[in-house]
Amino acid sequence: MSAVLDTHGHADHGYHPGGIMRWITTTNHKDIGTLYLWFSFIMFMVGGVMALVIRLELFSPGLQWVDPDFFNQMTTMHGLIMVFGAIMPAFVGFANWLIPMMIGAPDMAFARMNNWSFWILPFAAALLVISFFTPGGAPGVGWTMYAPLTVQMGMGMDLTIFAVHLLGMSSIMGSINIITTILNLRAPGMGLMRMPLFCWTWLITAYLLVATMPVLAGAVTMTLTDRHFGTTFFNAAGGGDPVLYQHIFWFFGHPEVYIIALPAFGVVSQVIPAFARKPLFGYASMVSATAGIAILSFIVWAHHMYTVGMPVAGQLFFMYATALIAVPTGVKVFNWVATMWKGSLSFETPMLFAVGFLFLFTLGGFTGLVLSLAAVDIQLHDTYYVVAHFHYVMAIGAVFAGYAGVYFWLPKWTGRMYDEALGKWHFWLSVIFINITFFVQHFAGLAGMPRRIPDYPMMFEVWNKISSVGAFGFGISQLLFLYIIVSAIRSGEKAPDKPWEGADSLEWTHLPTPAPRHSFHTPPVLK
Amino acid sequence: MRQEHYYVPQPMPWPIMGSTALFLMILGGVFVMNGASAGWISLALGVVVLLYMLLRWFGDVIRESEGGKYGSWEDVSFRWGMSWFIFSEVMFFAGFFGALFWARAMSVPDLSSLLHQEMLWPGFKGLWPSAGPGFAEEFTPMGALGIPAINTLLLLSSGVTLTYAHWGLVNNQRGKLNLFLFLTIVLGAIFLGLQIYEYAHAYSALNLKLSTGVYGSTFFMLTGFHGFHVTLGAIMLTVILFRCLAGHFKSDHHFAFEAVAWYWHFVDVVWLLLFIVVYWL
Repeated sequence: MSAVLDTHGHADHGYHPGGIMRWITTTNHKDIGTLYLWFSFIMFMVGGVMALVIRLELFSPGLQWVDPDFFNQMTTMHGLIMVFGAIMPAFVGFANWLIPMMIGAPDMAFARMNNWSFWILPFAAALLVISFFTPGGAPGVGWTMYAPLTVQMGMGMDLTIFAVHLLGMSSIMGSINIITTILNLRAPGMGLMRMPLFCWTWLITAYLLVATMPVLAGAVTMTLTDRHFGTTFFNAAGGGDPVLYQHIFWFFGHPEVYIIALPAFGVVSQVIPAFARKPLFGYASMVSATAGIAILSFIVWAHHMYTVGMPVAGQLFFMYATALIAVPTGVKVFNWVATMWKGSLSFETPMLFAVGFLFLFTLGGFTGLVLSLAAVDIQLHDTYYVVAHFHYVMAIGAVFAGYAGVYFWLPKWTGRMYDEALGKWHFWLSVIFINITFFVQHFAGLAGMPRRIPDYPMMFEVWNKISSVGAFGFGISQLLFLYIIVSAIRSGEKAPDKPWEGADSLEWTHLPTPAPRHSFHTPPVLK
Repeated sequence: MRQEHYYVPQPMPWPIMGSTALFLMILGGVFVMNGASAGWISLALGVVVLLYMLLRWFGDVIRESEGGKYGSWEDVSFRWGMSWFIFSEVMFFAGFFGALFWARAMSVPDLSSLLHQEMLWPGFKGLWPSAGPGFAEEFTPMGALGIPAINTLLLLSSGVTLTYAHWGLVNNQRGKLNLFLFLTIVLGAIFLGLQIYEYAHAYSALNLKLSTGVYGSTFFMLTGFHGFHVTLGAIMLTVILFRCLAGHFKSDHHFAFEAVAWYWHFVDVVWLLLFIVVYWL
C-alpha cells in the first residue's frame, strides 16, 4: 500500500510544546525513556533513604531511632519502591530509549499509550507517599503484603493496594507496547534472530509482565474486598485461606524476579561483547536460555513457601523445578565468560559494572540454589540469609547492570562522555561498600537472625554494625553517580558517533551521536 | 508492498488527564471505603474527568482512522495490542478461578480434615458449596438451571449474531451489519438484566451474599467481574453501532469492529467456564 500522507506527522513540523508541557505530553520514545530513567533514579534515592533508616536502627541492638511500627513501614515501602519504582522503571526506560533504535523503528508502536504508561507512575508513587500521612501510617506488612496482616491495616493499606493496581496498569501497557514494537516495527532484514539480545530479553520480560501483573492485581483486589466488602478469600472462618494469598502472590512474585533479572541480562549481553570486541558467544543458546528461564519461572513459585505447610511431594516438585533454573542461568553465565575468553578486553566503567554483575549476580544465584533446597530452607527461611541472597541478585545484580547500561549508552543519549576516572571511582566504591553491606548478612542469617525485626540479640551485633557501615558508604557513593551524570550532561566532552570500538548494534552503527529526536523515519537498509 | 512510514502521533494531554482522573477516583474511593463520605466528591470528579478523557482520546483515534492515517502496518500493531490485552484479562480471571479451585480443592476440605478440627470447628463437613465453618446462617447456593442456563444461550447466540454482523460488514451489506449488531447488543443487555435479577434474587430469597463465606466471595467476584466485562463490551459494541450508523468502517478496514468482537468472544468463553465451574459442578 502507498505511504501514508501525513502533513503534520513527523520531523519538526508538528505540535511541540516547550518547557514542562513537552515532558507531560510527549509521545517521543526518547523523552519517555528519559522520564522513566530519572523517575527511577529519584525512587532509588527515596527507597535508599528508607534502607538507611533500617540500617541505622539495626546498627545497634535495642530500639534507638524509630519505633517498631515505623520500622515495618520502612521495610515495606523500601521493598515496594525499589521493586516497582526503581528497578522496573529503570529497565523500561532502557527499553524505551533503545529498542526502537536497535530494531530500526521510528518510535514505539503505541506512542501515546507509552506516555500514559509513564505518567501513571508518579501518581502511584504519590499514593504510596500519602499513605504515610494517613491514620496508622503506611502499611507495615512487608512488600509481599501477606494476608491476614493486610486485612487488619489502616487506610494506608488501601492506598497501597490501589498504587499496586496503577503500577500494574503501567507495566501491562508498557509491556504490550514493547511486545508490539518488537514484533511489528523491526526494519526489513532485522530478523528476530538478528535482534540485539537486549530486545529478546525484553520481549520475554514483557510476556512475563502481561501474564503475571493481572494476577497480582487479582490478589490485591481480593485483599481489598476482604477488608471492606465482607468477602473471606483469606479468612479460614469463611472457608478461605491466608495461604491462598501466598500462592497467588508468588505466582506473580517469582516471574517478577525474572522480570527484574532478564533485562539486566540483556544489558550485560550488550556491554560485554562491546568491550571484549567479540560477538556474543552462543547467541541462539542465550535466546533459548532466556525463554527457558521464563517458562520455568511459572512453576517454581512455592519455593517461597516451604515453611507454610505443603505436602512433601509438593516440596520436592518445587525444589527440583527451582534447581532446574540453574541450568539455563548457567548457560548464560558460561556464554558471557566465553564471550570474554580470548577477547581484546578493556575495562572502561560499563565493562567494570558488567563484570561486577557477572561475579556478584552469580554469587546471588548460588545462594538461591542453596535456598531452593527445601530441607535447608526450613532453617534459613525469613533469615538474613534470604535478605543477602535477593539483594545480591537485585540490589547488586540488577543495579550494577543498570549502571553498566547508563555509562554505556550515556554518550549516545546525551552526546557527551562521562568522566572515566570518576566512573571507575564510582564502580570501586560501590562494589566494595555493597559487599560490606550484604556479604556479612549471610553470616547473620546462617546464625539465625530473622529479617524484618528492628531489634536483635547481642550476638548479631558485629555483623550488623559492619553491614550498616557498608550501607551508608554505598548510599553516599551513589551521590557520586549523580554528580558524574549531571556534569557529563552539562560539560562532558563531545562523544563520537561510536565511542566503544566493539559496539555493533544499530544505535551505534546507523545513528549519529547524540541520537536525533526521531531515529528512523524510514527503515534503515540492513545487509 | 511495505508501507514507508509508520504513523507516530503528536504530543497530547489525554494520558496525564487520565492519570489525574484515576488518582482522584482512588483518593475518593479510599476515603469513602474508610467512612469519609466527602470522598464521593473526588470519586465523582475523577469519573467525569476519566469519561471526558476517554471521549477525547478515542475521538482522536477514530478521526485519525477515518482520516486514513492508519495503513496495514499500524493495523498489525493494533491486532497485537488487542491480543495481548485480552491475554492480560485472561490472566486476571485466572487469578480468581485459582482462588475458587483452591477453596474447593484445598481450604474447605482441609478445614474438616485437620487433626485439631474437632476442637476448632466441631461437626464441620467441608463439602462444597460451603461458606466456611464460621458462617452460621443458612443459604441456598445458586443452581445452574434456569437463569444461568438461559444466560448461556443468550451469550452464545450473541456470538453468532455478532459474526453475522461481521459478515455483513465484510460483504458491504450495511443493513445486515446494523441489524445483527443491534441484536447482539440487545442480547447482551438482556443477559445483564437477568444477571441483575439473579443477584437480587440471591440477596432476597437465597440469603446468598458477597459476605456468604468463600462461596459467596468467589461466586459474586467471578460473576461480578464477568458482568462488568459484559457491560464494558456492550458499551463498546454500542459505540461501534453508532460508528456503523455514521458510515464508518470499510469492508477491508475495520479493526475497531474486530477488536470489540474479539473482546466479546473472550467474555463469552469466560462465561462458559463460569457456567461450568461456578454454577453447574
